[in-house]
Amino acid sequence: MNIWIAIGATAVGCYAVKLIGLLIPAGVLERPLVQRLAALLPVALLAALTAQQTFADGRVLVVDAKAAGLAAAAVALILRAPFLVVVAAAVVVTAGVRALTG
Amino acid sequence: MTSAGSGLSLLQTCALSLLVFTGASQFALVGALAAGGNPLTAAAGAFFLGVRNAFYGLRLSQLLALPRAVRPFAAQWVIDETTAVALAQPTRRSVRIGFTVTGLSLYLLWNLTTLLGAAGAEAIGDTDAWGLDAAGPAVFLALLAPMLKTATERAVAGIAVLLGLGLLPVLPAGVPVLVAALAAPAVLYVTGRRRADTARDASAGVSDGTPAGAVDEPPADGRNGGPDVRGEER
Repeated sequence: MNIWIAIGATAVGCYAVKLIGLLIPAGVLERPLVQRLAALLPVALLAALTAQQTFADGRVLVVDAKAAGLAAAAVALILRAPFLVVVAAAVVVTAGVRALTG
Repeated sequence: MTSAGSGLSLLQTCALSLLVFTGASQFALVGALAAGGNPLTAAAGAFFLGVRNAFYGLRLSQLLALPRAVRPFAAQWVIDETTAVALAQPTRRSVRIGFTVTGLSLYLLWNLTTLLGAAGAEAIGDTDAWGLDAAGPAVFLALLAPMLKTATERAVAGIAVLLGLGLLPVLPAGVPVLVAALAAPAVLYVTGRRRADTARDASAGVSDGTPAGAVDEPPADGRNGGPDVRGEER
């Protein structure tokens, strides 16, 4: 049930912001400060989420096979690999390290 | 795929793709729920990631010039990819075609792959053994990398990582991410002040001017004032 609440809230919220952009007059969101903030918010959220999903196990910080996987993804990104290759590199390296370390 | 590995049913996974249809938010929601987060804090994180779509909509509404009645239907397709395609088109006709074709094909593909992925993950069983739990962070990193253009973005990302990891043991699940989001306004405030300061130094002697305008518009101010300031210092 909790999961359905979360799905519902996210669906409504995400649809609402998409619609707002199409409906409101341009001037309201065109202020430079608002735009800078909107550009930086995803940066902060994505960085925090990347770190947490890599190094957190519940509420404990750990370094495990996922760290190697993320490093592989980073290398793939530096080499300008396509999106799916980046994700595949992370998955394969993580699975490989887990298989090796048992 | 990722979501089926973290406790969502096949139906819930597909509902998420059909109803939310903005990838980063979906991954964020699933990640927060998997970590045992409260459904509303999880939804809040996903929501803030979706806020950028409002700015895409703003750009698109001028380009598409859709009738008001059509807008609620077009809204669901306002995402990174459709915006990128639409903005690259030279005429209004091709903007509309680009938006519709990209939106429709991505919507179908995204939901089809979600269904296949979720069904596949259920068949596999232990998704962790296959390293699939690394897919989530890799997706986030791939989305993040092109955004890290200047020192400002890197500072925001660095502080957000520290906050997100540092607060993890002390705050309830899902909350540290929201606190980490504060890195954005914090860095913006600091850079805004620094620019205002250099602008004030540049106009030393005329200090009775109007500093309020300088604080309100940091980007333009920095660009205009920056080179001049450096020139004077040397």
